Amino acid sequence: MHYNTGYHGEAVPLVRRFVQTFRDAEVVCVPSASCVAMMREHYELMAERENDPAFLAEVRSLLPRVFEFSELLVNRLGLEDVGAHFADTVTYHPSCHSLRMLHVGDAPRKLLRAVCGLTLIELPNQEQCCGFGGTFAVKNADVSAAMLTAKDACVIETGANVVTALDNSCLMQIYGGLHRAGSAVRTMHLAEILASEAPR
Amino acid sequence: MSVRVGKTATAPAFPVAAHTALANQQLRANVARATNTIRSKRAIRVEEMPDWQALRQSASDIKSHTLAHLDHYLTEFERNCERAGGKVHWARDADEANTIAIDLIRHYGGTEVIKVKTMTSDEVQMNVALEAAGITPIETDLADMIVQMGHDDPSHIVVPALHKNRFEIAEIFRRTMNLPDLTATPEDLAAAARDYLRDRFLRVKIGISGANFAIAETGAICVVESEGNGRMCITMPEVLITLVGVEKVIPAFQDLEVFLQLLPRSATGERMNPYNSLWTGVTPGDGPRAFHVILLDNGRTAQLLDERERETLACIRCGACLNACPVYRETGGLAYGSIYSGPIGAILSPQLQNLEHSRSLPYASTLCGACYEVCPVKINIPETLIHLRGRIVREDQKTLSGIFSAENLAMQIAAKAFLNHRSYEAAQRLARMGQRIFERDGQLTNLPGMAGGWTKFRDLKPIPKSSFRDWWKAREKGSPQ
Repeated sequence: MHYNTGYHGEAVPLVRRFVQTFRDAEVVCVPSASCVAMMREHYELMAERENDPAFLAEVRSLLPRVFEFSELLVNRLGLEDVGAHFADTVTYHPSCHSLRMLHVGDAPRKLLRAVCGLTLIELPNQEQCCGFGGTFAVKNADVSAAMLTAKDACVIETGANVVTALDNSCLMQIYGGLHRAGSAVRTMHLAEILASEAPR
Repeated sequence: MSVRVGKTATAPAFPVAAHTALANQQLRANVARATNTIRSKRAIRVEEMPDWQALRQSASDIKSHTLAHLDHYLTEFERNCERAGGKVHWARDADEANTIAIDLIRHYGGTEVIKVKTMTSDEVQMNVALEAAGITPIETDLADMIVQMGHDDPSHIVVPALHKNRFEIAEIFRRTMNLPDLTATPEDLAAAARDYLRDRFLRVKIGISGANFAIAETGAICVVESEGNGRMCITMPEVLITLVGVEKVIPAFQDLEVFLQLLPRSATGERMNPYNSLWTGVTPGDGPRAFHVILLDNGRTAQLLDERERETLACIRCGACLNACPVYRETGGLAYGSIYSGPIGAILSPQLQNLEHSRSLPYASTLCGACYEVCPVKINIPETLIHLRGRIVREDQKTLSGIFSAENLAMQIAAKAFLNHRSYEAAQRLARMGQRIFERDGQLTNLPGMAGGWTKFRDLKPIPKSSFRDWWKAREKGSPQ
């Protein structure tokens, strides 16, 4: 949030804090594609600007251990069927940063297709941004809402009961518009769907 | 020296102008239809190129090499252009460029000029300057003609009248060409424009053009276009004046091989432009007898200092980023308040003017990355937007109003709160308590301050009673909630 809005100096202590917290982790699993994109695209650059070789070395050592949630399951662990059960219609919104920065590709779809009872419906115009954009959502609220209207219309067009993504920020935006419009379509992070079990 | 870019000095901030644009359903429909069409044509023409990514890389390499040695290539261009009979003039800013053009037109005794589409002349507001000097500029590009006749501003780098549909265009033509019975069929509109222009192509003695490329090795200028009006303007008049931004120079003729594959596909979804014109100096008995080039700086060389900012100068004005941008798609180009609109405009306009104007433009993006993906010269627009936001924040933080702005205060508090788990959890507890007064039927629908921008259009789920951290801690203890 800080870095993307231009508060570059303020973001550095937060990076240091992140490195300090997770430096000993074998793997860091992040359920947000845009957070992972921020780390991969900017952490090194920020550490370089600090002229602190030890900090930079720590960032460089930690980054290869950071995975977005679906990347970790499919690409790193080779898992597709996690034994989930979710009997509903679902559409998937490929969030901008998962799509264009992390290039997660089909990983989330592979996971969804393996869920027992789940019907996946492709979202029209799916590569178009939902209009969230962090502080953009309040700084340019009108435009953000116009973009959201277009996205939510596509979601509703699918007839799916659930829309999922790899970013809770996008889902918060999509939910906000759907709920305001009186739609009953639910938003769920992919992890929530994969954690669903068959009713006993 | 005073750098000016179109009418940015008096333009309203993007959120304000966007609010107005969003209320115009006709405009939004026109923009959506036009950008959809160009986007899908582009996609087909890019798809068929197996070496597209390699071409992009080559273009990026050529541009970054040229910009790193711009002084060398500009003087080489000047030498070769003058050797071939052209005359090169150097303009530091908009006023100098206009003064040079006006002096030349007066020197040759002209009172009117025909113009090929040139965004650079809109950048320096040349038409306004010419009219003030008693010279009539006649735009001959169909879209520019529509903009000029409608007393409008260009809303797209490649298709300046993109915001108008054919019915609106027919209305403008009926009024200005005095053709009350003109229909809105494309054939009739084209015929009316052709009739109107033919006489002027034959009559007017001075032409003004821009340039897509200036070739250092040969001193040649290259202009690509679709309508043939450009070919007329650069061959029919006795005098030709070409206005070129200094970043348009490329080292060698062979470099065109790369750019002429990328540009038409990116701009209009065509394999090749219908008209590709290249000329070098003057040739007796063929084309203009006098040829002048005005090399324009207008803030460009100041951008060379910083590597990230320098990259913006690689732009070949294809407009692909505008067509791909979900923000541009909703608002159209006029909301940007600059003749350079869309993602490239959002980084170019403020940089040319050293952030004096267009300061809201770097925020007119969700950083979705669609612009970078389609850019044929690989300008990392999202990264540059973030860089410019950083410059703006640092500048603002030097002023009292900046320090005490709601945004800065919120960011400083958040930065502190995120710094350790105790303050983070305390902030969460505080928000959980505070949100109660705004909660209705389990939703937040009317938040105060900046968050009001959210709830004006969207609902928000309240922060849940138990956080992920609480759940994790309980789980660690072996008693999941």
